[in-house]
Amino acid sequence: MSTADVVLIDSGGANIGSVRYALERLGVHAQLSAAPERIKAATHVILPGVGAAARGMQRLRELDLVETIRGLRQPLLGICLGMQLLYESSEEGDVECLGLLPGRVRKLVASSAVRVPHMGWNTLTVERDSPLLEGIGDDAYAYFVHGYAAPIGTATLATCVHGQSFCAAVQRDNINGAQFHPERSAAVGHRLLANFIGIRA
Amino acid sequence: MLSRRIIPCLDVRDGRVVKGVRFRDHVIVGAIEELALRYRDEGADELVFYDITASPERRSVDRAWVERVARLIDIPFCVAGGIRSVDDARDVLCAGADKISVNSPALERPALIGELADAFGVQCVVLGIDSLMDVDGQWRVRQYTGDPSTTQALAKLTLDWLEEAQQLGAGEVVLNCMGSDGTRDGFDITQLKAARALCQVPLVASGGAGTREHFAAAFGDADVDAALASSVFHSGDVPIPALKAYLRDQRFEVRDA
Repeated sequence: MSTADVVLIDSGGANIGSVRYALERLGVHAQLSAAPERIKAATHVILPGVGAAARGMQRLRELDLVETIRGLRQPLLGICLGMQLLYESSEEGDVECLGLLPGRVRKLVASSAVRVPHMGWNTLTVERDSPLLEGIGDDAYAYFVHGYAAPIGTATLATCVHGQSFCAAVQRDNINGAQFHPERSAAVGHRLLANFIGIRA
Repeated sequence: MLSRRIIPCLDVRDGRVVKGVRFRDHVIVGAIEELALRYRDEGADELVFYDITASPERRSVDRAWVERVARLIDIPFCVAGGIRSVDDARDVLCAGADKISVNSPALERPALIGELADAFGVQCVVLGIDSLMDVDGQWRVRQYTGDPSTTQALAKLTLDWLEEAQQLGAGEVVLNCMGSDGTRDGFDITQLKAARALCQVPLVASGGAGTREHFAAAFGDADVDAALASSVFHSGDVPIPALKAYLRDQRFEVRDA
């Protein structure tokens, strides 16, 4: 379907398989790589991530990928933890992150009615139009699994509420992110990934 | 709003989906991929696959079918069965599972829960608890329940284990109430309410679903986040689209199929 050359950053995150299969369902055969030159050569780069922020950043530093990711000009999509790592820092392990988006990722506040981690299908509220969310309307359900969340800011495309409002999708310049899992969000996720692959640098 | 989840559970033995009554006498229900697709199409919110003989046979889950399922479906799924190390869990997650559920191995070695949470985050670590009321009226944990000949009764109280596991890093708890499993007489609301009072992470009701009203009771009375069932879904007695329509009428937040 696509001439996109998509590279999935092999960041050690555990959802790499499911992201790759979701892309295959779109007809896109993504390459898995941790090599800076290969990542730089891609038309689209995806930073998946399941796990903890400190470990995720440690892995990117060990692979010497921090500056590579910061220097990318092609469309970049962070998924779940991968989106959180795009921000300046995370409360999870009190770690400095990639700093491509302003703000600090913080723990969701639990209460008797608000269980953390936030796990399950929740509705999106679209805050502004964007190519990434084209065709995805208000109240679309997406699948979330996370205990930390990014703040709402000018780059926020969609918000979600779990006790508090947080940033569910984000875009600034070439930087895109989804806190939910598009690879497991049925038709909504399929559309988001197709939209991302359709973005031209 | 966060929706309540409906989770078909597929017990896997020798590469096929099977179903037992009170954890015994399993019969073959169908092929793994066929059922996974059927439930995805019907609007299931998540799937759980239990490799029910992995733990008693002291082997890890077979990752070949995990990968086939991951390629096929676009909703989340959790895999359980004989995961006893970070390496076992990584295999299953890298094959495409979204969460891993541990039960017997976590009872063998509770530190496993913390190791998995450290490696992958608490959000992918699900604790399965098989619980049965003893003659003294206390709920206690059972181990190696996949095969009646290996099932062991433990001294550990269900609610104590629930609290301990959360402290160790369990991100979700599936409470299998063995007394009602496969009976279709309804979820064990009393036990689920007791668990809910102590459970800060998502709680999944399991065992006993027979009618749509049973699901409403689990969500309304026990305030569980998700309800898991197998026989009523396998048989088609409670079709998921009709179940969700009913729950929506009862003012529960459910995802459109």
